[in-house]
Amino acid sequence: MNFDDKQYKVKVGLAEMLKGGVIMDVTNAEQAKIAEDSGAVAVMALERVPSDIRAEGGVARMADPDVIEAIKRAVTIPVMAKCRIGHFAEARVLESLEVDFIDESEVLTPADYKHHVDKWSFKVPFVCGCRNLGEALRRISEGAAMIRTKGEAGTGDVSHAVRHLREINAAMKSLTVCPSDEMYTLAKEYQVPIELIRMIAKTGKLPVPNFAAGGIATPADAALCMLLGAEAVFVGSGIFKSDNPAKRAKAIVTATTHYQDAAKVAEVSRSLGDAMKGIQADDIPEEELLQTR
Amino acid sequence: MSDYSNVTVGILALQGDFERHAHQLEILGAKVVEVRVAEQLETIDGLIIPGGESTTMDILIDRFRLRTPLQTFGNTKPLWGTCAGMILLAKKIEDNQAGITPLGLLDIDVVRNGYGRQVHSFETPLPAKLGGTDVTLNATFIRAPRITRVGKNVKSLAYYEDSPVLVTERTIMASSFHTELDDDTTLMAYFLDKTLAARAQS
Repeated sequence: MNFDDKQYKVKVGLAEMLKGGVIMDVTNAEQAKIAEDSGAVAVMALERVPSDIRAEGGVARMADPDVIEAIKRAVTIPVMAKCRIGHFAEARVLESLEVDFIDESEVLTPADYKHHVDKWSFKVPFVCGCRNLGEALRRISEGAAMIRTKGEAGTGDVSHAVRHLREINAAMKSLTVCPSDEMYTLAKEYQVPIELIRMIAKTGKLPVPNFAAGGIATPADAALCMLLGAEAVFVGSGIFKSDNPAKRAKAIVTATTHYQDAAKVAEVSRSLGDAMKGIQADDIPEEELLQTR
Repeated sequence: MSDYSNVTVGILALQGDFERHAHQLEILGAKVVEVRVAEQLETIDGLIIPGGESTTMDILIDRFRLRTPLQTFGNTKPLWGTCAGMILLAKKIEDNQAGITPLGLLDIDVVRNGYGRQVHSFETPLPAKLGGTDVTLNATFIRAPRITRVGKNVKSLAYYEDSPVLVTERTIMASSFHTELDDDTTLMAYFLDKTLAARAQS
């Protein structure tokens, strides 16, 4: 774990460039173009959006390289792609395709229930999901250059992303006043190096950008996440499962830039058509949750 | 070091690493305004267009009616474009797939991702000549644009692999690379000096 490593700084650097923006899930070149034209800062290439993965079941895997290549050709903004948790061979494939970011994602079916990818050994940066500070720090210690909340993907229900944002923020705040002897216990509890705990205790924030994801479906959802301290937002099914994807995408981008200006968020929330129907995340049985992966 | 406490610098905050620039300005003691609407341009002495995604910023500049105000600002006051900001300041973008309309405030042509996609991003010590002084900057190139032509009134202050990467014309400045990702404020101080000088002259 070396945060001064040049390669690592370049990875976190790209994450910094995406701040204040919206990263959109897309499944083909046409959707990627709609996303780019709406003002997305990056697109996430995947085979099916989370709500379809949820509805259809089966094993969800990395997207077809042809799909990823077509998306790369269609847009000039960075292209991200998802690999299964622990599937370092999929990650190597994505790296060889020169995607700009890899999401080691719980939305896909995990390949390894015990180990995550050793992200330090890659040239391409990784983003990982988390529900709490311990999970965030474990992913950072493995080399993640960006953290996002897991929320509950594919639901259109923002409540779990909100819970995860609040939990991480509260845990970081309490660390800043944590006595030094208790830090050792926390390091064991979180299963991370003590240096990482000390670093958060000193700064009160993660050493990498902290974005929101999972269930964001409206401009106000995006504004809420930004107001809760997220530095950018991911929108998965929320755009292309709605009535008017182009208009909704544009509205979510505007709301993310102007999240502090409620009048602007109101203006772009008008006449968007129906949002994705969604499901209440708390109604999902424990064993069907994606976030516990 | 000069006293910058009377200088107010705006950072275009539509999207991008504006907080990193703000952090350096705070280290140097300048006042910072995050600019999201045109009226905010009236309150600042100089402006930074930060790193980020040029396609996105170009779209948002039109959506939030900032194009003419930014051009007017750049014609009279100091403006520094970093990475995406440099693309937006250029006269022409080669291979302009995204159809960006650059602001045309700086007489250079650029090619986007001229050093490759993210896996080819890198950090390097970079010799530069700032106001007659030789310095070494810690430069980070992230999906960086490459300058392919400089106009006759454009001065090149640093080169990487024989192409200019830090250029200036009048009170406009642009860099292919980032220095705001570190705490080395050399280049930021240089911009603040330019801003102070421009204000003294106006």
